[in-house]
Amino acid sequence: MTVKTKYKTKPLDCWQWGKELRLEAYRDLTSGHEQGKILVLGCAATPYGMLAGLGDFVFLAGEPYGASVAADPPVSIPAMECYEAKGYARDMCGYMRNFLGTMFLDKYYFTGGPFPKFDFAWSVRHCPAGHPKWHQIVSEYQGIPMYYVDDETMLSSDGSQEARIEYVAGQYLDSIEWMEKVTKRKFDDGKAIEAMRNYFYNEALWGEINLLNGSIPAPIDIKSMFALMPISMLRRHEKVATQFLEALRDELKDRIANQIAAVPNEHYRMCMLTPPPWSFLKVFRYLENFGVVFVGTYVYLINSGEVKFLYDQGKVIPATVPEKRPGWKQMKNREDLCRTVARWRAEHPFQSHLDTRKKEYVIMFKHWKANAYLLLINRGCIPMTTSMYDFQRDLNKQGIPTSMFEGNFADCRDIDETGVLDRLETFLEGQGIHKITD
Amino acid sequence: MAVIEQFQEVLAKRHQYAKDWKAKHNRKVIGWLCSYAPVEIMYASGMLPVRILGSHEVQDVTDRYLFPTVCPFSRDALAQGLKGRYDYLDGITMARTCSHVQGTFDNWKNYIPTPLKYYIWMPNHLQSPRAKPLLVQEYKSFVQALEKFTGKKITDQDLDKAIELYNINRKLMKQVYEFRKQEEPPITGTECMEMVVASQLMDVAEHNKLLEQLLKELPHRKLERNAGVRLMMVGSEMDDIVFVKMMETLNCTVVIDEHCTGSRYFWDEVKPEKDRLAAIAARYIERWPCPAVSADFETRGNRVLKHAKDWNVQGVLVYQQKFCDPHEFDIPWLLKNFKDNNIPTLVLEFDVTIPFGQFRTRIEAFLEMLELELV
Repeated sequence: MTVKTKYKTKPLDCWQWGKELRLEAYRDLTSGHEQGKILVLGCAATPYGMLAGLGDFVFLAGEPYGASVAADPPVSIPAMECYEAKGYARDMCGYMRNFLGTMFLDKYYFTGGPFPKFDFAWSVRHCPAGHPKWHQIVSEYQGIPMYYVDDETMLSSDGSQEARIEYVAGQYLDSIEWMEKVTKRKFDDGKAIEAMRNYFYNEALWGEINLLNGSIPAPIDIKSMFALMPISMLRRHEKVATQFLEALRDELKDRIANQIAAVPNEHYRMCMLTPPPWSFLKVFRYLENFGVVFVGTYVYLINSGEVKFLYDQGKVIPATVPEKRPGWKQMKNREDLCRTVARWRAEHPFQSHLDTRKKEYVIMFKHWKANAYLLLINRGCIPMTTSMYDFQRDLNKQGIPTSMFEGNFADCRDIDETGVLDRLETFLEGQGIHKITD
Repeated sequence: MAVIEQFQEVLAKRHQYAKDWKAKHNRKVIGWLCSYAPVEIMYASGMLPVRILGSHEVQDVTDRYLFPTVCPFSRDALAQGLKGRYDYLDGITMARTCSHVQGTFDNWKNYIPTPLKYYIWMPNHLQSPRAKPLLVQEYKSFVQALEKFTGKKITDQDLDKAIELYNINRKLMKQVYEFRKQEEPPITGTECMEMVVASQLMDVAEHNKLLEQLLKELPHRKLERNAGVRLMMVGSEMDDIVFVKMMETLNCTVVIDEHCTGSRYFWDEVKPEKDRLAAIAARYIERWPCPAVSADFETRGNRVLKHAKDWNVQGVLVYQQKFCDPHEFDIPWLLKNFKDNNIPTLVLEFDVTIPFGQFRTRIEAFLEMLELELV
């Protein structure tokens, strides 16, 4: 029997505020046009703060929206079935299937009303399995223009990184002209720069918040982080996001100082590499019965968050904003902005090559003082899963225990919940962790 | 030996062909994944470029490297490397295109001893005017890496020769394809596939000689079979020759194709420019697009439709490698496009091995339907 360790616990003070901010972002999409805002679709990694150059806007990042739908099977299943009835395959991106399904059904998840009509799609390519194709389907269906920036530069691959940064910066510049043309609005460089400064800062803040979970006990659990993450994912160009994230960071620091835990019987610390199966978040609460706290997932540390890895020291520290980095220029015009964004993206851990990423996984494991990694073989996302076996082998070689299960982050029909729990319980037993009984 | 038999011989003994070539010329062999890899540059370096293909055998060696929903072609190709069948390769390369093949390359890089492993960072925003200048830079880096590896400088003359040979190869194969427009084509779809796959495995100069010979034979060649229903094959990678052969026993002939072991691989030529690398870059950016790198249904769709009409097809077999997302995106659009143009379609999903009997039944039913329509 596992012996309980009792920490103090209490709900997050900023929890309600976070929920309101999150919902506000999604609701804005339905009223955005009435308020004179531009509605834009893209993927979550897009530096959408740049859109502020066109005036007020609402940006819908397809992935978090797809995740929200996926977490609600009674909505998700009919949406995916509708998508499949259009002839699209069931093994494609899970987020996309939920997104497109609700679009085809004309049911916007957060209101149940009509699906928003975008003014255009503008996105980074981000996912080689098909995010531009996803937006291409929306573009055809809604009759809206689209532009994508191919920005996945992979720092450590062969060849000249500088030429790639120029290529990416050039596409951003071209896209500004393109946006002016399709919206018939003049692009204000100053407003775009200001919003991108917020964007960079908020990413760094979210990264810093993730790093705070290196403390024992962990001040916040992964499920709560998933709930608050949309603020950094959808609104990181806004001052209100800064206010919230600073408040959250300060509250977590306070919890650390006062040993206030997310999970009062924290006993065993686990982390992930990928998003969770969104329809099965209860797995995290269930495992709390074993004293297991999930302290973070790599993917959301570097997607909507940013940190700096010190590879030679095996450490990770909060990121600084680009303009404060040695050798980086102050942004004064759109050319500076595009170049800064391109360089920032190129050097962002989001773009790390697989071999570098393996080092980052180990650094995070140590930083989070974790005991094991939980790995998801995700049928709903090829790029996130292609090298998972390789990652597992590498982690095991470093003496890091891993438990792997197959499922789908956005299709509840692809998850054997009982099977996953059995597997996890067996894994934990192997680690000497048992269900806690009073 | 007839030309077609020589292609078949190369296919059957592809590894031996490469080993013999290596011994005979005392030069290196480089494997490539995905048809966006610039064979002209590899050939100009004095190396023999060979496409890495699977073997369509049941295997489990990739199970610790690639998870089961990676496309069968990528897993099968990696399996060949893990089994040591490509142990004669001096190098391997791929151009950045699809995540599945990327998985093959990454694992090859880490787990299969091959002296040179080079990843060409292919820009994937092909419609952007920024793509070509970058690809030229990427090719320059590739040239430098090859020069360092082989110890041989790649001159403009080398590039000219390689461009010319591959352009001739493309022209000649297109001429062969023209014969397929005939009411009773003198060459089957199986044989054409063997010809194109052989072009990806052989020394292009040697392949050209065989093509010239074939083009002399074709006007006099008469097949002891009726063409039957005229079919087109459209889809992702396809080198399952046994399947096509089986299909063509069912009163049909594949008269045209659109895949990367067929027309999509060779259709576009390099247009000469003073800067040879720029000319090659333009070819790969403007070539018949694969959905893995192009977010543009229309360019591919229009070309496919034109092929279907020009070759007077009566039905189209749309197929995909299982789990191939980029093609899965295009399929609904393609099907609608064909439907709008009154061209019937059959969709099949391929794995490393296929359910032969079931596929045969489905094709028979499709052909019966088409034959009824013809009456």
